[in-house]
Amino acid sequence: MEELLDFLHERAEGDLLSWADQNSAAERFGVPLARVEDAALAAGILPARYQRNRRAITVARQLTLFRSTVAVIGCGGLGGYVIEELARLGVGTIIAIDPDVFEEHNLNRQLLSTPGTLGWAKVDAAAARVADINPAVTLVPVQAAYTPENGEELLHSARVIVDALDSIPARLALAKTCTALGIPMVHGAIGGWYGQVATQFPGDDTVQKLYSRWVEGKGVEQQLGNPSFTPAVVASIEVAEVCKILLGAGEILRNRKLSVNLLEMTFEEVLFEQSGAET
Amino acid sequence: MQINVKLFATFRAGRFAAETREYPEGTRVIDIIRDLGIPEEQIGMIMLNSKHAEPDQQLNDGDSLALFPLVGGG
Repeated sequence: MEELLDFLHERAEGDLLSWADQNSAAERFGVPLARVEDAALAAGILPARYQRNRRAITVARQLTLFRSTVAVIGCGGLGGYVIEELARLGVGTIIAIDPDVFEEHNLNRQLLSTPGTLGWAKVDAAAARVADINPAVTLVPVQAAYTPENGEELLHSARVIVDALDSIPARLALAKTCTALGIPMVHGAIGGWYGQVATQFPGDDTVQKLYSRWVEGKGVEQQLGNPSFTPAVVASIEVAEVCKILLGAGEILRNRKLSVNLLEMTFEEVLFEQSGAET
Repeated sequence: MQINVKLFATFRAGRFAAETREYPEGTRVIDIIRDLGIPEEQIGMIMLNSKHAEPDQQLNDGDSLALFPLVGGG
């Protein structure tokens, strides 16, 4: 593929490759856009769509993101925004898992729902959206419910797993699957004006702690519903966590949770003091 | 004895965000939950002095108790 590289170097302006040239390269060499993107990034050439990432994310780190796989469990309120942001960020492969189709009551908040996608599988809407906004990104749609039984098969290739579920028992099961697979899990949950985010690394029991008093049923969301802005806020914080885990950058919400209260507009950090020795 | 009680999210409605409250010796976590009229099944997590706690734990003067409702939507 030396010819492809020559072409990319020739077309790049400075170290930026335009979308038009990325497409030309894919056509001319008969390779997927993803292949062109990988080759460009590996050669230190940045697809121009990412140029505003640059202050935060170097070309080398952009390549790390592109070669990463992230699984998003749930494609509703949280999941829609998570998938949108991961695709725009340039995470190369997104596994989207959800058994449901869009219904009218999703329209107030679920990014991937429109009058035109009512009745669509949520994962198909996710695939269509990602193909629309960043065709170099591969979205793997899985129209199925995550279960402890299928978890390992569906999730083993992920570097990070994002909790965008709407069920407490499913979250507790997912936390176990993540630990068994040795994969970090970014937990997010919402209800009304409120939300929470925490990141659990294998061996931590953060999610178990957050729901330790749970016996059955749903949380505050049952009474309060979910307005448009809460999923957007919590999903964005989750994606920031994913980005930092993938890049090994910054400080993760590990052994602490962020409690979001949009009614009083407070963001409170809750620290979990470790009882045992941690590595 | 004095207990610093902190409530989160919906538990603040009609109550308070944070207060130092007076309770008799021997008070347990569950006694405070009942005193505040919080339905037990709405509680997701209890923290006592930044550590995960159980309802039957006894409190000491100066303890900090935080109560969080279940938040489970997505």
